[in-house]
Amino acid sequence: MNNFILVENAEMTFHTKKGSFHALRDINLSVAKGEFVTLIGHSGCGKSTLLNLIAGLTLPTSGALFCDNREIAAPSPERAVVFQNHSLLPWLTCFQNVHLGVERVFGATESKAQLNARTKAALELVDMGHAATKRPHEISGGMKQRVGIARALAMEPKVLLMDEPFGALDALTRAKLQDELLKIVLRTHSTVVMVTHDVDEAVLLSDRLVMMTNGPAATIGEIVSVDLPRPRNRVELAADTRYVNYRKEVLDFLYTRHGHVEKQAA
Amino acid sequence: MVSAVFHTPLAASAELRAQKLALEKPPVVGSEGPLVPPSAAVKRPPFDWGGMLLKALFPLVGLGLLVALWALATINSTTFPSPLETFKAAAVLFADPFYSKGPNDQGIGWNILFSLERVAVGFGLAAAVGIPVGFMIGRFKVLNDMVSPLISLLRPVSPLAWLPIGLLVFKAANPAAIWTIFICSIWPMIINTAVGVQRVPVDYLNVARVLNLSEWTIIKKILFPAVLPYMLTGVRLSVGTAWLVIVAAEMLTGGVGIGFWVWDEWNNLNVKHIIIAIFVIGVVGLVLETALVAIAKRFSYDDV
Repeated sequence: MNNFILVENAEMTFHTKKGSFHALRDINLSVAKGEFVTLIGHSGCGKSTLLNLIAGLTLPTSGALFCDNREIAAPSPERAVVFQNHSLLPWLTCFQNVHLGVERVFGATESKAQLNARTKAALELVDMGHAATKRPHEISGGMKQRVGIARALAMEPKVLLMDEPFGALDALTRAKLQDELLKIVLRTHSTVVMVTHDVDEAVLLSDRLVMMTNGPAATIGEIVSVDLPRPRNRVELAADTRYVNYRKEVLDFLYTRHGHVEKQAA
Repeated sequence: MVSAVFHTPLAASAELRAQKLALEKPPVVGSEGPLVPPSAAVKRPPFDWGGMLLKALFPLVGLGLLVALWALATINSTTFPSPLETFKAAAVLFADPFYSKGPNDQGIGWNILFSLERVAVGFGLAAAVGIPVGFMIGRFKVLNDMVSPLISLLRPVSPLAWLPIGLLVFKAANPAAIWTIFICSIWPMIINTAVGVQRVPVDYLNVARVLNLSEWTIIKKILFPAVLPYMLTGVRLSVGTAWLVIVAAEMLTGGVGIGFWVWDEWNNLNVKHIIIAIFVIGVVGLVLETALVAIAKRFSYDDV
């Protein structure tokens, strides 16, 4: 299905005490089912805002968003979100954190044993089965983020939304989790929209790269289709000319044509 | 949802596990890992008596210095008792702490218990009223705007100024004392709970929104555990004030309790007993505070 997620003429203006801030204008985007799309851009370009609009956490000032032909009017487990700050509830164990989502989505129709099986499976999918009884403060940042991903996936969402999920992690952990995410997405065939500002991550993971212009009143600048075959291996791709070219294209957009605001002013 | 194409995490993880087993090399038979052999259990370190002694040493030295100063100051005094005299009187008192020779002449044990009972009741009522009010103020801005100025107005009033109103309304010493405890303990509980609710990280609330949790589930699974540390801080602050106030209130109302006992002994010019009472009040207050700190620690989590 080609318009699994459809954003039509979305605009977002925030009204604060200090005045109104025009965050996004003229956003038109469609995401196909099973596609991996990343939103990339400089800080303050509204990529998280756009993700929040798709999630339903914020409503657009004008325009409409649709998911699976239904209007996005509120947040829902169907559009599960993985937050940048893992947002695991610290008073629950990892198991209980994931179970919270599972129970919400499947609690009405399935037995306790089945819910527990789903929770366990989700944790094992991200390699965290061994830490099921641990609390978030007892595990590392990378592990917390993995549990966050497990919680989102356990709900079998239509769309997986990720807001700079690896931003708070060190480079090695980030690389490992990117590889794991690739494997998971290959298996689950999820539709994913991810926000990032890491160019390598974006080119490695996505099918399409949406590059946004600078804020305020940011909009979609260009969309790059990354035609690299899956499964993708980062070591092999590092020398691949196509990968390098895609990377160059993105860097060109971000740093030459839509360089950071200060540079443009000067 | 097209489930034929969308592989569930259940199926996907089963696949992953099978793949992992195939890739994993079988362990070499006969060799033990360089790290902990499987039969070793984690041994608990022996109790650190030396450390505990060291920790107790400095407070004891401080106390000793105080007693020494006291002894020096009262070496030639006729009105103020020396530490030794006080200690002898304390020995007599604590030999029989639970005697009862009539409503106004009870053992020190009974007096402490009466005071604690009043504190417990007043405190319990304050928690029962203050915490839900704090929750609602924190959650609904309208209520906050209505009630906050009232709280700011009433909070600085000394609880003892509320005592006459209590006596007027309840016409008896016991309820009036409880009322005074109630009115002085309630403010930290309301305010701290409200702040706790307002400080719940937006991320947790966003999680609740994405998961579409019902309002009751949000309160039970997110708000309540998140606010608990703040609530317990409020409770801890209240306990100190409550214990302080009960002594003062009892001095004014009479009847039973440690505060009444202090005033009674002053009327009997039994200064030794007053000093003993001061120590006892301090110790009980310390025990209450320590107990609440322990409870608060149990429910706090190192959040990253």
